[in-house]
Amino acid sequence: MPKLDPYNKMSKGFDVRLICYYLALVVIGWITIYSTCYIPDGSTPIFDFGQPYSRQMLWIGAALLIAVVVLLIDSGIIQHYAYFFYLCCLLLMILVLFVGKEINGAKSWIKIGSFSLQPTEFMKVATALAMAKFMQEGKTANERRYIWIVQFALILVPVIVVMLQHDAGSALVFASFIILFYREGLSAEFLILCITAAILAILTLSLNETYSIALMTVVFIVFMIANRNQKKKIRRNIIIYVISIAFVFSVNFLYEHGFEPHQKQRIDTILGKTSDPLGADFNLNQSKIAIGSGGLFGKGYLKGTQTKLKFVPEQSTDFIFCAIGEEWGFFGTLVVFGLFGALIFRILKLSEKQRNPFVRYYGYGIAGIFAFHFFINIGMTIGLLPIIGIPLPFISYGGSSLWAFTMMLFCFIKLNDN
Amino acid sequence: MAQDNSNRYFIILGVLGILLGIYTIRLFNLQVLNKSFKRQADENAIREITIHPARGFIYDRNDSLLVYNDAAYDLMVVPKELRSFDTMELCRVLDMEIEEVRKKIEKATKYSGSVPSLFKQQISKEDYGYLQEKMSEFPGFFVQSRTLRSYPQPIAAHILGYVSEVDEQDVENDSYYRMGDYIGKSGIEKAYESVLRGVKGKRKVLVDVHNREMGSYDNGAEDIVAVPGTSIWSTLDMQLQRYGEELMSGKRGAIVAIEPKTGEILCLVSSPNYDPNLLVGTARPKNYGKLVTDPEKPLFNRALQAAYPPGSTFKLANGLIALQDHIITPSSVYSCSGGGYHLGNHVVHCHNCGGLNIYSAIQRSCNTFFCRAYYNILSNRSKYKNIDEAYSAWLDYMSSMGFLQVFNTDLPYELKGRIPTAEYFDKKYNNSWNGNTVVSMGIGQGEAAVTPLQMANMLAVIANKGYYIRPHVVRAIGNKDSLNTQFNNKIYSKIEPQHFETVLQGMKLVVTGGTGRGAQIPGIEVAGKTGTAQNPHGRDHSVFALIAPANDPQIVLFCLVENGGFGATVACPIASLMTEFYLNRKVERKDLEQRMKEMNIK
Repeated sequence: MPKLDPYNKMSKGFDVRLICYYLALVVIGWITIYSTCYIPDGSTPIFDFGQPYSRQMLWIGAALLIAVVVLLIDSGIIQHYAYFFYLCCLLLMILVLFVGKEINGAKSWIKIGSFSLQPTEFMKVATALAMAKFMQEGKTANERRYIWIVQFALILVPVIVVMLQHDAGSALVFASFIILFYREGLSAEFLILCITAAILAILTLSLNETYSIALMTVVFIVFMIANRNQKKKIRRNIIIYVISIAFVFSVNFLYEHGFEPHQKQRIDTILGKTSDPLGADFNLNQSKIAIGSGGLFGKGYLKGTQTKLKFVPEQSTDFIFCAIGEEWGFFGTLVVFGLFGALIFRILKLSEKQRNPFVRYYGYGIAGIFAFHFFINIGMTIGLLPIIGIPLPFISYGGSSLWAFTMMLFCFIKLNDN
Repeated sequence: MAQDNSNRYFIILGVLGILLGIYTIRLFNLQVLNKSFKRQADENAIREITIHPARGFIYDRNDSLLVYNDAAYDLMVVPKELRSFDTMELCRVLDMEIEEVRKKIEKATKYSGSVPSLFKQQISKEDYGYLQEKMSEFPGFFVQSRTLRSYPQPIAAHILGYVSEVDEQDVENDSYYRMGDYIGKSGIEKAYESVLRGVKGKRKVLVDVHNREMGSYDNGAEDIVAVPGTSIWSTLDMQLQRYGEELMSGKRGAIVAIEPKTGEILCLVSSPNYDPNLLVGTARPKNYGKLVTDPEKPLFNRALQAAYPPGSTFKLANGLIALQDHIITPSSVYSCSGGGYHLGNHVVHCHNCGGLNIYSAIQRSCNTFFCRAYYNILSNRSKYKNIDEAYSAWLDYMSSMGFLQVFNTDLPYELKGRIPTAEYFDKKYNNSWNGNTVVSMGIGQGEAAVTPLQMANMLAVIANKGYYIRPHVVRAIGNKDSLNTQFNNKIYSKIEPQHFETVLQGMKLVVTGGTGRGAQIPGIEVAGKTGTAQNPHGRDHSVFALIAPANDPQIVLFCLVENGGFGATVACPIASLMTEFYLNRKVERKDLEQRMKEMNIK
């Protein structure tokens, strides 16, 4: 059980650096959202609650309130209600399946008045908290197999619900817990296996089975020669080789049947299988043009043509990085990189220093989530990853994601303080 | 889970650091190293709209409008900005076939991906309104307004010329033009293209992804204002031109009237003609094709391009040369008897005029007199060594009066006419020829063929008593009073002034009591000369040359009606009516006018 020590909660003080990074990112976000809505010759008043930037101002206000509340409540409560929170979010997500509103093909929104809430965003915090709590308790239970199954289930259940909502991007985010697991002892071989499978899958999809099998065969022969005197390893190599070949052949089948056409199109674009600048990869192309045209110092605030003239899609949400790249150039994007890098590294550093393993688990969990969001979101805008619609934390327009990320970060700041 | 995993913290930091490094390199590559994105962003957002200035108007000498502009709208396409659109809908709106749409886009793509190409020209105002609303459904297309030439009067088509889309040659010759631009292709439109066209402007506007204009780029800092074309005042008298065209309707031929003191062409009629409005707009190719294949050749400008035997009007020039070379004096008498001028067994027929001097020879158009005079010019061995030299000297006199050349002013496609050289006859007659061999040229027949414009110019030389100013059709540029002086130098003939008085005297007698009595106009002293030009294409051409008023010439006029017969029957009354109309601004002889207008000779 967590220690309840209300008189000691201000002892070390909250981590000011994290709060600063947070505020900087939120401010950059709002400034950029204003820019994406700015109309060159029309009036763009600061207060117009039909406009995203004014609404975002409200969301920011609410987010700051959430931050303060989180900092004020007892950290024990956070820990105590972790499972409860997890179950609430999960129920809300299941509810969305029935009463949810579909936006961009994903049925993951609950509409309350003019505000749409996306429970998936909160599910991420809840999962991180529940995972941390379970892992801490699991330590004392000392039954490893049982622990792994529950840990896996804690992630798999929300992933299944998210997939049912047709929100593949959010589902992918849950894979970020691999960083936590790795830190806490997940075998490196398992990770290498995953990476190998990913490489094989990409190779198979972008070229064809023959290349993958050829590669596998070469690796297999090298290992067989290296292990020629170790019967046990030879047997293992043969098993892995056979499984790999089966995997390669199943990849195309899974790809054909497991993805929606527009998702396949996006993946094909990244793999270089199709080129259709006026059609499907228009968005990616425009996104790269926006960022690329920013140059070293950018076109200047409110002067980006790619974003202003709507060549970039979803520019206040998923593609908001384009507006930053276009108007602030390479220096602007470096600042954003720097802030995110500093934020994630700071969380990892503080987590590592923590004596309380709960906080460490939670810290690694959310650092992974932030890192995933950051790399996937920006990777898609600069053409390194397929287009996966997930927001850039703190910067993208949207109340749900801002609140969830704020909650995520400030729970850590609060927990870290104890 | 072992406890010794804290080293994995560094591995995680390392992996994240490497990823961050890869992303930074990627960004550096996109934003700093790769320069093409800037250009692509500009191509996306900035559309350069060419502003076509209104073409200059063309007025006549009395400020009446001959050519003005009408609004038209062109649909342009920028192939690079095209995205999938409802082709059927576009076909429906523009009334085009899918195949045609496909071809046009293909052609435009071949020309340039990012420079706008003309997709469909001159769409109607209704279609324009409809398209303007639907523009966002057709990314890559935009509408550009243009002007089209319009002619309030369906006259003077040959001289005004026409405007049409530039061809590849034009674009190659002058970098000012882009495919889809318009250029003057003939007539005044061509000769004064650089004045009339103005200077194209451009406007850079921002367009959004839906192809909507979103205001000017950089507050219009790079915009260039179009300079409207300069207006031109033609020398033509619109009413006289129209009157001439009416009189010539139903006939083939030409009328050229010149103000002798200035060389200004008052009217230049070529019949049959066509309505210049036919060669405007989308109907142009179809109508042009029709005009080209019309057996009456309405596009052919007879006044400048047809070489006619001038008939007896040529006697005036030969009379002048004979006087100048002292072959005759005003009082010399030649006798005409025996039915004409005898050449061995060939006779140049005449009417047994008896003995006559040059005055009455002109008055009665005596063939014998002018054949003898011409023969004597060419046989003047005291001045010229041989026939070649004598003939060449005669050609020199002729060319000093404007023959054998083009005036090279602002007239479209002039031809030189045909008067053979001495070498031609040397070759033809094996160096054995003399004045009699070519004597029919003395009376404007035989090998001589000249254009109506050259004849009118010769009349100007007579009217001016020795010089001409090159005939031209533009009087002033930019402003009614800013006169076009580039053609205003006097060109003197090799004939001394006193001889013109003699010839002019003869011409007065033609009208008062000779072959051209039909040219008389009450209150105006008219000098004239009839002509009846034999030609291999059937009935004689009816020809009349006129100078009025004889004492202070305001107008010289040459009229030729193909196959009209005697000069006195058709060309003379038409020339007379024209002169009356020009000098009096009204015509009293309504019956004659009616008869001439209705006369049909084809």
